[in-house]
Amino acid sequence: MKEEIIISGFGGQGVLSMGKILAYAGLLQGQEVSWMPSYGPEQRGGTANVTVILSDERISSPVLNAYDTVVVLNQPSLERFEPKVKPGGTLIYDSSTIHVHPTRQDIHIYRIAATEYATAHNASKTLNMIVLGGLLKVRPVTTIDNVLLGLKKSLPERHHHLLPQNEQALRTGMELIEKISQ
Amino acid sequence: MKGNEAIAHAAVRCGCDGYFGYPITPQSEIMETLMALKPWETTGMVVLQAESEVAAINMVYGAAGCGKRAMTSSSSPGVSLKQEGISYIASAELPCVIVNVMRGGPGLGTIQPSQADYYQAVKGGGHGDYRLIVLAPASVQEMADFTVLAFDLAFKYRNPAMILADGITGQMMEKVILPPFRERRTEEEIRQECPWATLGKPASRPRNIITSLCLQSEEMERINLHLQAKYREIERNEVRFEEFDTEDAEYLIVAFGTCARICQKAVEMAREEGIKVGLLRPITLFPFPTEAIKQYAARVKGMLTVEMNAGQMIDDVRLAVNGRVPVEYYGRLGGIVPTPDEVLNALKEKIVK
Repeated sequence: MKEEIIISGFGGQGVLSMGKILAYAGLLQGQEVSWMPSYGPEQRGGTANVTVILSDERISSPVLNAYDTVVVLNQPSLERFEPKVKPGGTLIYDSSTIHVHPTRQDIHIYRIAATEYATAHNASKTLNMIVLGGLLKVRPVTTIDNVLLGLKKSLPERHHHLLPQNEQALRTGMELIEKISQ
Repeated sequence: MKGNEAIAHAAVRCGCDGYFGYPITPQSEIMETLMALKPWETTGMVVLQAESEVAAINMVYGAAGCGKRAMTSSSSPGVSLKQEGISYIASAELPCVIVNVMRGGPGLGTIQPSQADYYQAVKGGGHGDYRLIVLAPASVQEMADFTVLAFDLAFKYRNPAMILADGITGQMMEKVILPPFRERRTEEEIRQECPWATLGKPASRPRNIITSLCLQSEEMERINLHLQAKYREIERNEVRFEEFDTEDAEYLIVAFGTCARICQKAVEMAREEGIKVGLLRPITLFPFPTEAIKQYAARVKGMLTVEMNAGQMIDDVRLAVNGRVPVEYYGRLGGIVPTPDEVLNALKEKIVK
């Protein structure tokens, strides 16, 4: 199995850490992983993205031109990456921040009103975990258990009391995600 | 773990005595990780943020003169600043490790990945006839492994060794198995391994002098000839490269570092379309795998180099091929990373006609 994913959004939405948690979860299930961030000026305010590859075999290029799964959390990211979903692939977008909707007919499109939910429930810091929950519902590349283990590894110990809140966010995301087409 | 972090962990584990650096994106995590690891409390390794790149390389010069395992790291503009010191260290025949996590230039340039310092690293960025041993890692694992290898080669040949990485290998996270712990050498062990080191003169031998100054031309020529003989020995012994899908290849891509990873995917895509193409990845850029490429020149119909620069390594490939088959170049500049489909298109347009 090989899953090539890109996650893209504004700096501060937790895009890079969502990718990191996914990569850790892949590691824990014995897979080869690569995590390649945009580390440029975009990380400091503009649009940030991260390419995550989970594979049972050695990974060749960490840089890709097309993706199995694309997760976008803002409008510029949708415009940039919608054309890069492989035919038959998956596109997940945050419908509370993206108002010009995707149009492709040859891919699976899902929406998740994650920002709206997070803001309404005063939980904007778990936005990325809500989205990750949605992703795992439609592309079960790893399990919630592995994600939580990965989270435990990547969070400093002083933040471990937040783990239940994150688990809740994952489960919320699984419920929030809706299929749009195909 | 990130490639930069892997270098820091490997340095502590391979018995490095001192790191001297000055922060610059995209390699600042090397010093940040070392500061977090606090090896001065465990192995006794010194980690010091110098006041400038020039100071850092001269601290390395001093530490290396005492036979210590010393290293520094920077990114392109910072490595340019270090060139004077590197030339002095090469002339004085001292072992050390210099890491360059390349970013787009020229000038202050961008902070995005690049391979545009190939000439500087391989042809001698400082003055005079000298060579560095240059290793080009293509994965986080190799960032760790080559830190150890670079020290070993540097001490084997009393020559500075460079790890020529780029923004992607520095910033990317992958699975990595860290090298086993090696104790730092004791002063006595350093005296035995490095009889040339300036650790205090016992009565039993004349003074050790470390210098790159020699005003007698005849003597300076002799030093140069000695250096050249050493470089030929390195060329004989230390060439390293890796091949993918080359057994039945009609065409060959040559690429190093991150570009080799991208090209590996391009090769997979080309093979699906029935194009018989292979990849040769030089691991050592000096010494360059000239002989291996020369042999492919007798077997393949054409070669393509893929580089994140305007075509630098292509010179060395063309010298090896010596006009026998066409050698073309594809690349992106200024911090843009080519994608696998761009490479595949270039292969079709320029080579597979």
